[in-house]
Amino acid sequence: MTNSIQEIANADFILATGTNTTEGHPIIGIQVKKAVRNGATLAVVDPRSTEIAGLANYHLRIKSGTDIALLNGLANVIIAEELWNKEFVTERTEDFDALRETVAKYTPDYVSEITGVPAETIKEVARGYAKAKNASILYTMGITQHICGTHNVFAVANLTMLCGQIGKESSGVNPLRGQNNVQGACDMGALPAFFPAYQPVALEANRAKFAAAWGVDELPSKTGLTVGEIIDEAGKSVKAIYILGENPVLSDPDSNHAAHNLESLDFLVVQDIFLTETAQLADVVLPASSFAEKDGTFSNTERRVQRVRKAVNPPGEAKADWEIICMIATALGYPMNYGSAGEIMDEIAKVTPSYGGISFARLENGSLQWPCPTAEHPGTKFLHVGKFGRGLGKFHAVEHIPPNEMPDEEYPLILSTGRRRYHYHTGTMTQRTGALEVFYPTEYLEINCIDAAKLGIEDGDKVRVTSRRGQVEVAAKITEIVTPGLVFTSFQYPDVPINKLTNAARDPISKIPEYKVCAVKVEKVS
Amino acid sequence: MVATVTLTIDGIQVTVPKGSTVLEAAESVGVFIPTFCHDPELSKPGACRICVVEIPGARNLPASCVTEATEGMVVYTASEAVLEARKTNLELLLANHPEDCLTCNKNGECKLQDYAYYYGVKVGAFPGEKHNYPIEEDNPFIVRDMNKCILCGKCVRMCQEIQGNNAIDFAYRGFNALVTPAMGTTYSDSDISNCVFCGNCVSVCPVGALSEKGMLGKARKWEIEKVTTTCPYCGVGCSFDLNVKDGKVIGVTSTDGDVNGRALCVKGRFGYGFINHPDRLKKPLIKKDGKFEEATWAEAIAFVKEKLGAVKANYGPDAIALLSSARCTNEENYLMNKLARAVLGTNSVDHCARL
Repeated sequence: MTNSIQEIANADFILATGTNTTEGHPIIGIQVKKAVRNGATLAVVDPRSTEIAGLANYHLRIKSGTDIALLNGLANVIIAEELWNKEFVTERTEDFDALRETVAKYTPDYVSEITGVPAETIKEVARGYAKAKNASILYTMGITQHICGTHNVFAVANLTMLCGQIGKESSGVNPLRGQNNVQGACDMGALPAFFPAYQPVALEANRAKFAAAWGVDELPSKTGLTVGEIIDEAGKSVKAIYILGENPVLSDPDSNHAAHNLESLDFLVVQDIFLTETAQLADVVLPASSFAEKDGTFSNTERRVQRVRKAVNPPGEAKADWEIICMIATALGYPMNYGSAGEIMDEIAKVTPSYGGISFARLENGSLQWPCPTAEHPGTKFLHVGKFGRGLGKFHAVEHIPPNEMPDEEYPLILSTGRRRYHYHTGTMTQRTGALEVFYPTEYLEINCIDAAKLGIEDGDKVRVTSRRGQVEVAAKITEIVTPGLVFTSFQYPDVPINKLTNAARDPISKIPEYKVCAVKVEKVS
Repeated sequence: MVATVTLTIDGIQVTVPKGSTVLEAAESVGVFIPTFCHDPELSKPGACRICVVEIPGARNLPASCVTEATEGMVVYTASEAVLEARKTNLELLLANHPEDCLTCNKNGECKLQDYAYYYGVKVGAFPGEKHNYPIEEDNPFIVRDMNKCILCGKCVRMCQEIQGNNAIDFAYRGFNALVTPAMGTTYSDSDISNCVFCGNCVSVCPVGALSEKGMLGKARKWEIEKVTTTCPYCGVGCSFDLNVKDGKVIGVTSTDGDVNGRALCVKGRFGYGFINHPDRLKKPLIKKDGKFEEATWAEAIAFVKEKLGAVKANYGPDAIALLSSARCTNEENYLMNKLARAVLGTNSVDHCARL
């Protein structure tokens, strides 16, 4: 997020696109509701009628996978009506002409045809966003989980720069991250192309710096594989995988294929707190610790580094993950000896400029938001004040790209997947709480009454959902939350492994799979 | 410069910003005034009257939580009249309150119990009718015992003003006044109640009317050790207190988080049960002939060393890949990045950010 969570409440215009905020991020949902109570205008872009869409002044119920058309349409109106921030565009951005040229054809009428959103609504939202004092854009996987996910994000960024709605309090681009420490995992270099703090491995100077810090002669220069590529190559060029606390058998697209590939590895090590669907395929399973059993830090979606504190001992012989990693490194001939998680943070601070001023001692007095380069630096509440990281903000003119797999005669419906309020990711934790799974015990498929009537399906009927890649059985829930032609479910129930159906087609830049759109058919199970 | 006023509270001169309440002024110099309905984050109904003080010249005993401190004001927080009013207030509340402190989950952390103790108030001053509401426990998260409710309304305001769900409000009047979801339904009828089981109402209840179901019967309040930490679920990063007794996590309660204040969601507050789940892995496992067998750490690590070493020797470092974890800490992700690059010699390290 370029802003902080609590700044959302002070925005006077919020564009929430591809985010089911009140379910996926309930505490950020609180801030959005507060803004609305304070009089902010809320525009929600989502094919589904979510709870937050119900609170919105404008619900732009776009057809799945038409985000770029919509965002370009908003830019078109803003330029046509001379509402763009000329001072900001002139002083702080480049390539505006390319944007103007590209969005010229995305007139409200043209965009309305593609997205299904009325032209007048597009105009009103564009005006509201451009004229707002502080406008915040919130987005999540509804933007990124498309084959054009990166371009979707470019289109979001274009809009903020066009209107100068970035680089100030309560105004900016705010991706809400889905997992407790997904921000931190990225910051810490658990990425194939980057050392910590996004320092490219391709640069020799970076490799030299880290080789010196880590006391090795050289570091590999070849960019590594992303998660999807690792799974694709498993059993082919990749012969061994060490998986820490992840469950790709349920979370990866086209998961039959993922499980098959993992089974064909020479060696699979899984380190987890439960014997997950993925751990069951392993050759060795290492018992790890939950967050309650170890010290460390998590970095949240607003770049805030916060302490995780050990409250209880791990069960049996389980160990903290960092201790296990150290044992493996040491066994492989590279001694890793840290007395505590705090010592690891001290090393992180030395090689990670944005974390340079962070230590456990400082965190005892409160959390810190990176960039926090020195021990005296107070941390950074919002980003891009006066200047972007790269200098001038670059407009990336992008065109609408339809989803990889569209409905046809055989598979006439679009399946979109997401999350439920009461569960988390693949359910490894939330299916074992004695509470959440009791209240929300089974998954269902949301289907519109018009489609249900056509297919002879009644509420609660068991249905078979089939795509080109696999099938699952699930109970149907007839609802207006989804439009005709769209069905929706979550990937959070092991007994409804919906990712057997999803499409592994990926965005070529981010390598994110298109979880939000694939073609399926639905039949009643007799 | 902020305009200030100076007043005298129990003989102590106090200077506070103009607009402060008498309660805030008293608290700023450590003078104790009891409260039930007051909460600094919520609107101020001035309803419960337990915080009354004596201000010479005032028409009655004003509620300090809604009375503005003014220049030269003289306040007595523990005069005879004040104490009598507070005692009567407490006697009236106790007249219609179950006498089950022995088994009440809130014992030791209950404002009604504490104030009755401080002011020497016993039950039985006003014998009369008592409520006999059924206890609402038809959900796995929250138990509502409206017989214990003192109608302070903090749960109502928390739900309206912080959570923004408006799930509950006051219904009926006088003796029959009741906090309830719409249509007299229960929280679990969420289509009507709009309740999302965040439990933020529970976090502000001063008595035993609202309790975390999972914590009932697990520990007396004074036996609990609280460890402040960060939630393991979504990317918001809420802070909360793990409640620990005898080395086990028995619950989660609110703290004052930098991100979330006291607010939590249903997963953060009620989703801790996996920590003690019997399915937790307790020993390393090595698969032999398709079946897992328990192993020692030494055996497991030696096996990992042998196998990874063999793959690296036979196929080169890029035949090994690491999936790090967005569940794990920064320190652990940093070490995975280091293990991949410095020890194994590959950049194929990634995690589930894309999923």
